[in-house]
Amino acid sequence: MTHLGYLFAAYTVVIGGIALYLRRLIVRLGAVDRELAELRRRLEAADRRR
Amino acid sequence: MRTMELWLGALGCAGLVAALYAALLLAPAAVGESVAQRILYLHAPSAFAAYGCIFVVAIASALYLWKRSAAADRVAVAAAEVGVLMCTLVLVTGSIWGRARWGAWWTPDPRLTLTLILWAIYLSYVLLRAFGGDDDEIAPYAAVLGIFGVLAIPAIRVSARLMKGMHPSVLAPREGGGSGLADPYMKLAFWGGAVAMLLVAACLVLLRTRLERAERETMALRRVADAAEGVAG
Repeated sequence: MTHLGYLFAAYTVVIGGIALYLRRLIVRLGAVDRELAELRRRLEAADRRR
Repeated sequence: MRTMELWLGALGCAGLVAALYAALLLAPAAVGESVAQRILYLHAPSAFAAYGCIFVVAIASALYLWKRSAAADRVAVAAAEVGVLMCTLVLVTGSIWGRARWGAWWTPDPRLTLTLILWAIYLSYVLLRAFGGDDDEIAPYAAVLGIFGVLAIPAIRVSARLMKGMHPSVLAPREGGGSGLADPYMKLAFWGGAVAMLLVAACLVLLRTRLERAERETMALRRVADAAEGVAG
């Protein structure tokens, strides 16, 4: 039963690793989408000024 | 998330849950092995997913060099990052299993060493793309690295056959020197886990590709917006 800790550690690494990476992707996608919307708004404002 | 990514992710997660249920509760213990042997049911599928991603990098890189397709380049960048993640999981889980089985975190086994080299090649690819400077200048060199790096995969398979290392050969039958997957539930956990992990990796590659496209679009748009504001101001 002493090897149960190794099994738990390995499963945690795989599931945790994938979950953390997925979270990072979703957070970055959200940030980039917001930045894209802001840039489009800036472009429209610059177009109106011209 | 878009429909395709959602479906792949949902199917992959459901498959992983089912495979883990089979691995932990249905599959019998392997003869002469401790409970740590069940690490196999996530370790090997992570390896399949890593190989799958690396093949995608090689194919997308070849397409980029042939057609100069920006879409192929984005897919290569995304698959390389997910491939490095999967390869890291293979190395870490393998090391934990090795500690339980051999009492050592690492041994200079040919398959282990070549997997570390494969990881290092694609980590260099990811670092090159992240910090190498102008994408248009770096992309062809990275594509060549992405194509030649894939040769490490057949080298891993050949080394496992030619050189007798400590790494267990799971798919070989017991009489052939392997550890074998004698029980149907072992096969279900193993192959179910492999398919599920490939689906999860495909979902991650699609998401990462979308992020790559959005980041490049943001960079281009930022330049246009700065120039437009300069003219307007």
